[in-house]
Amino acid sequence: MNQIIIYTVISLVAIGAGAAVILYFVAKLFRTEEDPRIEVVEKALPGANCGGCGYPGCRNFAEVLVRSESFDGLFCPVGGNETMAAVASILGREAIEQEPRVAVVRCNGTPEFRSLKTHYEGAPTCAIAHSLYAGEGGCPYGCLGLGDCVAVCKFDAIQMNPVTGLPEVMDDKCTACGACVDACPRGIIELRKKNKKDRKIYVSCINEEKGATAKKNCAVACIGCSLCFKACPYEAITMNNNLAFIDSDKCKLCRKCVPVCPTNAILEIGFPPRKTEPVEKVADSSQ
Amino acid sequence: MRLKTFSQGGVHPRELKLSAGKKIEILPPPETVIIPVSQHLGAPSKVLVEKMADVKTGQLIAKSDGFISTNIHASVSGKVLKIDDFTDTSGYRRKGIQIKVSGDEWEEGIDRSDDLVKEFSFTSEEIRNKILEAGIVGLGGATFPSHVKLMVPKGKSAEYMIINGVECEPYLTADHALMMERGEQLVVGIKIMMKGLGVEKAILGIEANKPDAIQKMKSLTEQEKNIHVRGLKVRYPQGGEKQLIQALLNRRVPGGGLPIDVGVVVFNVGTVYAAYEAVQKNKPLIERVVTVTGKSLREPSNFLVRIGTPVSYLIEKCGGLPADTGKVISGGPMMGKALTSLEVPIVKGSSGILLMQESESHRKEILPCIRCSKCISACPMGLEPYLLMALGKNALFERMEEEKVLDCIECGSCSYVCPSARPLLDYIRFGKAEVNKLIRSRKAI
Repeated sequence: MNQIIIYTVISLVAIGAGAAVILYFVAKLFRTEEDPRIEVVEKALPGANCGGCGYPGCRNFAEVLVRSESFDGLFCPVGGNETMAAVASILGREAIEQEPRVAVVRCNGTPEFRSLKTHYEGAPTCAIAHSLYAGEGGCPYGCLGLGDCVAVCKFDAIQMNPVTGLPEVMDDKCTACGACVDACPRGIIELRKKNKKDRKIYVSCINEEKGATAKKNCAVACIGCSLCFKACPYEAITMNNNLAFIDSDKCKLCRKCVPVCPTNAILEIGFPPRKTEPVEKVADSSQ
Repeated sequence: MRLKTFSQGGVHPRELKLSAGKKIEILPPPETVIIPVSQHLGAPSKVLVEKMADVKTGQLIAKSDGFISTNIHASVSGKVLKIDDFTDTSGYRRKGIQIKVSGDEWEEGIDRSDDLVKEFSFTSEEIRNKILEAGIVGLGGATFPSHVKLMVPKGKSAEYMIINGVECEPYLTADHALMMERGEQLVVGIKIMMKGLGVEKAILGIEANKPDAIQKMKSLTEQEKNIHVRGLKVRYPQGGEKQLIQALLNRRVPGGGLPIDVGVVVFNVGTVYAAYEAVQKNKPLIERVVTVTGKSLREPSNFLVRIGTPVSYLIEKCGGLPADTGKVISGGPMMGKALTSLEVPIVKGSSGILLMQESESHRKEILPCIRCSKCISACPMGLEPYLLMALGKNALFERMEEEKVLDCIECGSCSYVCPSARPLLDYIRFGKAEVNKLIRSRKAI
């Protein structure tokens, strides 16, 4: 009995020792050098693997950061300037600051402004509904309300409002990773500059149809009348294909464009109430 | 004798051919028509007329713009009101020409009489040109330009021409009515197409639920030893060309291939009739037979309708929209598309308008897949719909391509049999579009 145990132990130790020797040489032979900084940089990143930087995950982004010459075009929107500064100090490079951004849903088509003409019962994803038809309200640019953006958000920063049928972004949770921007088949969501106190002014519509057609389907559509374009003192507004667009990098938040909009398609969010309301404002859907 | 059918998959929905046996009623033109410039597969046609121009019935108003494209003609006489974007069946807006109707003045050279013209002495090329000139496309629904089908690619040869009189979609009876009333013209049309294609043999396939049409076409082709009429067992989707070829000739079109790969070209009876009119009567494709049907509709009918007529006009002619209408479908119940508006026009590919009752128009609640594999048994192309849906849901489009998603003919048999009411075809169709995008982007590199 004892002999069996002794033989077993001896043979196992011998096999183990043999394997160790082989492994030692194999490891020497196939050794790969890895920059130890990659590990450190990866630790500094948020670790959400959201893909907001444009790379498959934080590890991959860390490799790219270590390999790159400068940080030009490389930015972690989730960690923001803080993380990038930390990474820069690890690698001994200059961090490039970027304005923090936030996702904004540019559709105003709540049921009260956009009467539902049809009822969709197909596969419950926006991507499929978009490929099939214009949508329940008839606007071929408007939100389909099936929540592809909600499903794709890794930070629980978007949720559907059951009353308005539109997605709502929670500014404090949104990391501007851009996943929802890619997920929306209609391109309704945009990353805009996150101003102080989360103040925002934007055209909450992307309808490029002629004014009359756009308005027929939705009372708060941008009709391309150019009044806001004329009202803007900073040239922040551009008109393209019957649609006004406010460049958030140029906008100085003066709010001059908001009251001139005849369809109330321009929303102002996060501002104190005006002293005298020039026109009756649209109920703010994202607050 | 046991009737033939295709061997793989398929379903047999209730036939409900409510308008069977109804005579084709010729509808007068409506007040205005909207003629979209993209009624066919391929490049949209190029508009030739201007706003406020006067047009005559049968006048060329948009020209073929590319190899796979075709001509479009004014279906009425009157004034061009607008050349603009109009809401189409999907609710999206596409370019079209709106014409205000006044009178019914036809372009010269069109023979409008009902006289049967049997003799013809055109060459294949002349026939092809006439078919392109007349703007003929596949009227079964796919709307592929017919002149392109008549050009057999180099290195391949056509042995058979198959004429599709199957009409396997429930409710629809337009092709049936055409065979019953215009049988003589169809036989001439078949001969014209055979000449155009350069084939010696033609087979007309008709499902057994139309015994009168089978008998009529058989008696009309008794003297024609090259044209055979075959009755087929009723089975959906026998009207799919790959299924029809397999049922009639027991030949299998290879995956990703075309019928010409097995020496066959398939035309719908409607297309053949249009070819007869184009070649023998100089009449372009400006009208077609449309079935307007539904359980609650007072008068389900077969109409000969001018292209561009609004759907609402047709429903009005059938006794008005029933109060319990839940959904209006363009096409049949299996493959048709729900309309978002009744003002959309009839186009070259519209075979029917189906009004579904509110109670039957809703989908059931989507339940989890129970792995019963009914969808696999029903798929006539031998695909695995449950798997394709799962892949589509997870955006695994490369895998979908490997699983031959592009072979799907979108017949909807899988969704029809699914006991969990899963939207299988929705995801498959979406996957097809995405896979096509992938292939295009690969080609671009």
